[in-house]
Amino acid sequence: MAAGETPRPYTLVAELTYRCPLACGYCSNPLDLARHSAELDTAGWGRVFTDAAALGVLQANLTGGEPLVRPDLTALVAAAHAQELYVNLITSGIPADRARLAELAGAGLDSIQLSVQDVDPHGAAWIAGRDDLDAKLEVADAARALGLPLTLNVVIHRGNIARVPAFVALAERIGADRLELANTQYLGWALANRDALLPARADIEQARGVAAAAAERLRGKIEILFVRPDYYADRPRACMDGWARRYIVVTPDGVVLPCHQAGSISGLAFETVRDRPLADIWRDSPALRAFRGEDWMPAPCRTCDERHADFGGCRCQAFALVGDAGATDPACALSPRHDIVRDVRARAESPSAAPPPIRLRRWQKDEQGGREKQRTRG
Amino acid sequence: MIEANKRVRLAAKVRLQRDRVSGKPFLLYPERGLELSDSAERIVALCGEDRTVAAIVDEVTAASGEPRERIETEVISFLRALDDRGLLVVT
Repeated sequence: MAAGETPRPYTLVAELTYRCPLACGYCSNPLDLARHSAELDTAGWGRVFTDAAALGVLQANLTGGEPLVRPDLTALVAAAHAQELYVNLITSGIPADRARLAELAGAGLDSIQLSVQDVDPHGAAWIAGRDDLDAKLEVADAARALGLPLTLNVVIHRGNIARVPAFVALAERIGADRLELANTQYLGWALANRDALLPARADIEQARGVAAAAAERLRGKIEILFVRPDYYADRPRACMDGWARRYIVVTPDGVVLPCHQAGSISGLAFETVRDRPLADIWRDSPALRAFRGEDWMPAPCRTCDERHADFGGCRCQAFALVGDAGATDPACALSPRHDIVRDVRARAESPSAAPPPIRLRRWQKDEQGGREKQRTRG
Repeated sequence: MIEANKRVRLAAKVRLQRDRVSGKPFLLYPERGLELSDSAERIVALCGEDRTVAAIVDEVTAASGEPRERIETEVISFLRALDDRGLLVVT
């Protein structure tokens, strides 16, 4: 991209609320949840959909938290649909029933992505604080009956990686169109729980083999996606296809971010659609321009042949692990701080290491987390 | 499997839509979008209505005036790419 040129976004990630009945220890929401509790209203989100579509966005992912806790969700689906956006509902399925899903489908919902934490009740309770598998299966059934395309999403970690074959079987049983076996990204809540969640390399490779064989066997029926944790890759992932390039994330209170986690980076002032139109923020907000393109890149990224493919990796990870959002992603083996990732990997390999207790996502603890973060910032 | 005697139509999850920025046609499906070239758009427009793959090849050949073998290769490889992504119902 030439300097100064505004990239075209394709996907809007609308975080409608951070409220959620689940308490997953890998949640991608920020630690300081309570600071974002003043949610945009129905009309506010309507403007976001209109402005995003005008920028070229084609896909709207309605997510959270749990979007189903918004009583106006049907109106929000209808508003996004009216802008010809392909509307995906990213949900835990709790709380939903057939009537509600039918209402959403009637409002123009195009597809549903249902999360399952585990097929083992103890495993689900360990990671999410509760087990809802039966209710989720009901939701899957209702979605199929309505003809809604269904993606099954499972976040993979040390606690459930052995059950990847069972997740494939579940996807087949419920008639999913797509199965996402997404290893945890170690940011936010997941970073706080990293030593409890990061699997050993052999377990990752085994799960990847199972997923690859299933993908081959089910080609054309179920699309199966296995996302490796970047702690085990030699090169960083192309996080969000580049900073503020293809994705717009809007938080419940209207803050415009390049990804779910970017609010954790101190020193960047992200703007809200309550103050300025989305198009203006997207075009010239200093925080969104901070890591757009390649001008910000340090060595070794600056001259690396892969910089056009991975965009230098994840800025939030660089900030979280190195303390500098402008550093090379330490997941990259070429990073001068790759030792950080190597050390974490070594701990995951150590068979004697009893995993530490997991810290579930809780609203009250979030506020503590927020205070702690502010102290370290100050 | 895409073969000459099979009938193909777009899967329910796929929506064909003209992009308001570029004016180009897109296939939209969960989490993704596929921009179509002019020739791909012609093929997509012929999917459905109970046409066989062979009938699609005939129509594209007639419209383009190019050799049928070449068109057949192009049509089948494009339909296979869609089928691999689960975007077609093949009967």
